[in-house]
Amino acid sequence: MSKDWPLWEVFVRARGGLDHRHVGSVHAPDAEMALRHARDTYTRRMEGVSLWVVKSTDIAASDPDQSGELFEPAQSKIYRHPTFYELPDAVKHM
Amino acid sequence: MSDILFRSLLELGDDSLILAQRLCEWCGQAPSVEVDLSLSNLGLDLMGQATLFLGYAGEVEGKGRDADRLAFHRDAEQFRNCLLVEQPNGDFGQTMARQFLFSTYQLALFEGLVGSTDPRIAEIAAKAVKEVRYHADISADWVIRLGDGTEESHQRMVDGFDWFWRFIDDMFAVDANQRALIDQGVLVDRAALRPAFDARVAEVLAEATLPAAQPVWQVGAGREGRHTEHLSHLLGVMQQLPRAHPEAAW
Repeated sequence: MSKDWPLWEVFVRARGGLDHRHVGSVHAPDAEMALRHARDTYTRRMEGVSLWVVKSTDIAASDPDQSGELFEPAQSKIYRHPTFYELPDAVKHM
Repeated sequence: MSDILFRSLLELGDDSLILAQRLCEWCGQAPSVEVDLSLSNLGLDLMGQATLFLGYAGEVEGKGRDADRLAFHRDAEQFRNCLLVEQPNGDFGQTMARQFLFSTYQLALFEGLVGSTDPRIAEIAAKAVKEVRYHADISADWVIRLGDGTEESHQRMVDGFDWFWRFIDDMFAVDANQRALIDQGVLVDRAALRPAFDARVAEVLAEATLPAAQPVWQVGAGREGRHTEHLSHLLGVMQQLPRAHPEAAW
């Protein structure tokens, strides 16, 4: 049965104010049942206050084979980090 | 009066305990790992309710029996659960028909018991009513999906419900001796919950394109300890270990 069901990615918000974080996936025939399965699989020990499910096939992902051109160029560009400014004393809590 | 309160608490606790045991039989057998967890979660919620109700029953009885003692060291005729919960799982459709009927009943019951004049009962009901709302919801969902699903799933739901129509009156049965506790607001008059139950069942069956409840001869009387043959077999499995090792602890 579950082999016929699409896969859904599950995102849980642990507390109010936090982001939803990816925790895993479930099989389910539709979104409503995916939420129920996600509730029973991932929030049974008080892990969350809110759930999102997204059909796995609806997520567009970057190609791991392209990680070289996509991500490695960022490694040599430390000037993109805002760490070269002298902060005036009057500016606190930065 | 404490005798009848004790008995009434056994009814509440035993319903949850026996159905929890039935649901646990699905562990490792369900159609998918997600459904397996879902059924186990229902069972564990019910087990928690049973522990609280039977624990309180033991205190009311005052003979030193705790929840475990009551669960594992009574024989079938001393159980006060309704007949519906002890019926075999059958297939997934039959299990969901049973769950829907019981959870719909239990939700109405606990919504009433939240206002019990006995604070212990009110507290247990307040904790349990949220669990049961989910049980009633997810089982209705499955009934509608399978009833209004394929030809085979529809037929399996029809067959599943056919098994259970004979046990509905038994679930709502009230003993004449419970009248005083009902008048004091300790218990809920189960008979008064029946119209709302019937209406909700009819609503879900209609949405599921399933035939309405069948007026069949009604079997009694689980609340008085007269059970179907299935309970003894269930208890044989459930009680085997504690009976073989009565003082075992872990």
